[in-house]
Amino acid sequence: MRATTLMAGTVTVLVAGFLITPTIISILAGLSESYARGPREGLTLAWVMEVCDLYADTIMRSILVALATLAITLIIGVPAAYALVRRGGRLARIIEEFVTLPVAIPGLALALALIIAYGGSGDLRGSTAFIVIGHVLYTLPFMLRAVIAVLAAINWQALDEGAASLGASSWQRFVDVIVPNARPGILAGALTVVTLSIGEFNLTWMLHTPLTKTLPVGLADSYASMRLEIASAYTLVFLIMIMPLLLAMQFIAHAADRRASP
Amino acid sequence: MKLAARAFPRRPEPPPMTRTRFDILLLAPLTAFAAAFLLLPLAELVLVAGRGRSGLAAYAAIVTEARYLRSLLSTVALASATTVATLAIATVAAQFLASRRFAGRNLLVSMLTFPLAFPGVVVGFMVILLGGRLGLIGGASEALTGERIVFAYSMTGLFVGYVYFSIPRVILTVIAAVEKLDPALVEAARSLGAGPFAIQCDVVLPALTPALFAAGALCFATAMGAFGTAFTLAARIEVLPMVIYTEFTLAANMASAAALSLALGLLTWIVLTVARSLSGSAVAAAG
Repeated sequence: MRATTLMAGTVTVLVAGFLITPTIISILAGLSESYARGPREGLTLAWVMEVCDLYADTIMRSILVALATLAITLIIGVPAAYALVRRGGRLARIIEEFVTLPVAIPGLALALALIIAYGGSGDLRGSTAFIVIGHVLYTLPFMLRAVIAVLAAINWQALDEGAASLGASSWQRFVDVIVPNARPGILAGALTVVTLSIGEFNLTWMLHTPLTKTLPVGLADSYASMRLEIASAYTLVFLIMIMPLLLAMQFIAHAADRRASP
Repeated sequence: MKLAARAFPRRPEPPPMTRTRFDILLLAPLTAFAAAFLLLPLAELVLVAGRGRSGLAAYAAIVTEARYLRSLLSTVALASATTVATLAIATVAAQFLASRRFAGRNLLVSMLTFPLAFPGVVVGFMVILLGGRLGLIGGASEALTGERIVFAYSMTGLFVGYVYFSIPRVILTVIAAVEKLDPALVEAARSLGAGPFAIQCDVVLPALTPALFAAGALCFATAMGAFGTAFTLAARIEVLPMVIYTEFTLAANMASAAALSLALGLLTWIVLTVARSLSGSAVAAAG
């Protein structure tokens, strides 16, 4: 048994090393004067500054797209999750299944469908809104699922009926009772949506135009055509953007665990 | 309960019509968005695929045309290999990490899950840093043997990238499943004289099957449709998403691109749906 534990431990450490090593190389390369000569020759922020100069627009656009995507998934997703839970039954399940399709269908196929349907209308095709549409399509199921999961866990029926017996209208119950009680799910969904949107490439590569590049599109450009230090510094900027989101997600998950098993 | 209801009559329920009307109001934004940007585009995709030069035969082209069939088969092989490798690694690592508390455990779990939010393009760059022309492994192998090992720009590089991409997405599911495992079962098997290999095959793996199925289906479907990693590594790797991209951009062959997209989408959807009905739990996805 000792031998198998030792083996399993070795595999685990090696795999963790396999995941972390290239990330560390990338971070060091982005901060080194020269990749070939290594970080000991001197560290610098010059590459990061250059990335901020070259790609500031892609960074800003990605933040903008993520926030717009979040706003729309909230407006569409939260009321819809409540309605789907309230109604139940086969129709609700079919609707949920249908809008969850973009999780199963590759982004490339979805993007192609959007381009065929709306590629002719030049204003939309060339705008950042086109990218936002794609991102909403892809992230909406995650918002729906997060809110539905919380509603299923908190006994919304009792809250809803309680508020109704006190004379609250349907709309008041939704805004003043359901939404505040669903807040943990909404928050978890929101973090997922923003993280996915900032990193989305499959759809965005097809939907973007030279004037509407996002951060991952810029990354792909820099990997193909820029020196390794710049590509690495750009990757570092991306990591700095998503790390707080990931940490927040983990924090929420841990908090939920602790609440579930006191 | 009935008595109480009679003693304290509740306010009359609102008539069913207003309830339904309110549900419709709540669902209106979702319905409008899904109709305009999901239903309509997918319908047009189906139409365009059937309207090409070869008509409805475009749908069959994925198995009748040698180049498409080859790319389909290599994509399925790559996705299967990725799934098997990822599940094997995750099962071993999860059993080491689950229900064990030691210094550095949280660090290990964080290291195994932090690439969760890396898009495919970034994973491709990580593979280049490991096995590319200037990569770490090439440098090490040149120093040791004088020969520079470069694997990033091939199917091997793609496989390494997909495993890199999949491990963080699979490992948490498997750890959770291992933690639900009843340790008494393993203990009983051991006291009956079963060796570690027999315990794995007869006790642990059967108990983990539903979780492995769900996680594996997700891993397979994601690998089938992934595009960013292949795009970063090389345009010459003929996996299905790259073929679709080439048909669309270089050949401007919209009908073939549409038909291949539909075939790919249908395939991944079927895999996920079957896995979900078999494993009985919701398959969560990302990527």
